[in-house]
Amino acid sequence: MTKNNVKTKTPKLKVSKESQYKRYTRSKVGNFFYVLFLVAFGAFSVLPLVYCIVTSFKPLDELLVFPPRFFVIRPTVANYAALPGLLSNLRIPLSRYVFNSLFVTITSTLLYVFLATLAAFALCKSKIKGRKTFFLIVQFALLFNAYTLSIPRYLIYSWFGLIDTYLVMIIPHVASTMGVFLMKQYMEGAIPNALLEAARVDGAGAYRIFFQIAVPIVKPCLLTLILFGFREAWAITPQGTIFNESLKTLPTIMQQITAGGIARSGSAMAVTVIMMIPPILVYMISQSNIMESMSSAGIKE
Amino acid sequence: MKMTTKTRNILQEWIPYYTMVLPFFIVFVILTVLPVITSIIFSFTDFDMVSAPKFNGVDNYARMILNDEIFSITVKNTVVFAIITGPLGFLLAFVLAWFINEFSPMVRTILSFLFYCPALVGNAYFVWQTAFSSDSYGYVNSLLMSIGILTEPISWLKNATYVMPIIIAVQLWQSMGVSFLSNISGLQNVNGEMYEAGAIDGIRNRWQELWYITLPAMQHMLLFSAVMQIASAFSVSAIAIELAGYPSVNYAVDTIVSYMHDVGTVKYEMGYASALAVVLFVMMAVTRAVIKKAIDSVGR
Repeated sequence: MTKNNVKTKTPKLKVSKESQYKRYTRSKVGNFFYVLFLVAFGAFSVLPLVYCIVTSFKPLDELLVFPPRFFVIRPTVANYAALPGLLSNLRIPLSRYVFNSLFVTITSTLLYVFLATLAAFALCKSKIKGRKTFFLIVQFALLFNAYTLSIPRYLIYSWFGLIDTYLVMIIPHVASTMGVFLMKQYMEGAIPNALLEAARVDGAGAYRIFFQIAVPIVKPCLLTLILFGFREAWAITPQGTIFNESLKTLPTIMQQITAGGIARSGSAMAVTVIMMIPPILVYMISQSNIMESMSSAGIKE
Repeated sequence: MKMTTKTRNILQEWIPYYTMVLPFFIVFVILTVLPVITSIIFSFTDFDMVSAPKFNGVDNYARMILNDEIFSITVKNTVVFAIITGPLGFLLAFVLAWFINEFSPMVRTILSFLFYCPALVGNAYFVWQTAFSSDSYGYVNSLLMSIGILTEPISWLKNATYVMPIIIAVQLWQSMGVSFLSNISGLQNVNGEMYEAGAIDGIRNRWQELWYITLPAMQHMLLFSAVMQIASAFSVSAIAIELAGYPSVNYAVDTIVSYMHDVGTVKYEMGYASALAVVLFVMMAVTRAVIKKAIDSVGR
């Protein structure tokens, strides 16, 4: 390798990639079907979201019209305007539910992602004894159906006095095994061992290597995991572990509105749409970040 | 003397790494490992959740094989769901992530949002309930009747022929989320230099590039998405119960998991439900072993 070679590397790469695709892999007809497939699948996927949004703007008579219509003719915000009225006679102010939901979701997501990444790093990039066995147990734990675990878990919660505390909503998420599995698999391919070895030779400790080298490299996966954690935590409705009304979360109260029968089906849809907004926001932030780092990572079309 | 210093050095190097695993380890052991072990113990007992569990040996397992017709039906349904939705979901999640990788960041963000929508929207499969509603208010019935294909509404979700394909489609539609996004982030591990090196080594088309470069570089992520697909494909139940009810018509879409919920929640037979969970776990563990072998051989 001469210096000259290194200098011309990047432009050469682009040219060869483009010409290669044009020559061997793409035809206009092929392109057409390829885009058609993506658009068709995308439409199929997004339809329910569109349906929820459209329906939330339907007046009552259009909700019950026959034959059923997908789109709205005379859109109205009445369903949204009715919400404050439906929520005004709560025993506890709405802001408390909003706080509970945000607090539980954010705390558990951050804890979950941080502890999972930390554990995955040690399991993936150190030689500690027992790491392989432990990781295998983590993987197999994912395959055990959670349903029969609920009774032993309930006993453990009450043993530790967690019933009716915020912790009973937060801790189960931290115990979720998917994060460690995802992170470890990602690190296998993403973090070159030579880089860590060099840092070790330079005298960097385990934690310094983790924060300064590993975390920046796994950022795309970290953001994805934050999204997964947030989405799950945002939807939690504790079953039989929270009785204190002032600790309950937003989905619980939203379920009460949704259960209000056909006259409230418009408002129920409005509630569904409102509840979707935070996960969608987190999605937008995390994915636009990922896509950005993706284009700078050198995968060019 | 020398050996002990060496051991001490290794220990000193290991200790920070052990502290990294420790917090997760504690929570995981208490809230997952212990309950799993308890659940396995329950599977050898008669436990009605009111009185203490009574040990009854392998009675639960014997009952499954010798004396339970519903069990064999649900095993069959579970396997059918797993065989169809597992590989299809896995392929879809990879192929779509691979396809959109070719577009500009803007288009990529929009397309991945569209594909991720069903998972993002959460329990939106009730939309399909409206669509396949049995009366003429259902979208499918109303559409087919207005263009003259049907003369009277079909109870799609109460018909043993139609209900299975419908649940499979909805399950596939919803199962995209986790594997799809993790594949997208995993595709970044494959960098341009590897493609360049591949081109020099004589890789001539997209398929060779996929097989020799992209897939091997994605191997670890593929195992992740395969295990996630196994876990969801063998556990189809929420969507089936929501759309088709339990028991569904002729038990057409009842799976081991929906049966387990019925046995545990309605019939209070936690011992038997635990035994079902153990059997399901063994089925998934065997499948995982086979898939792991297949993934390890990719690109060779």
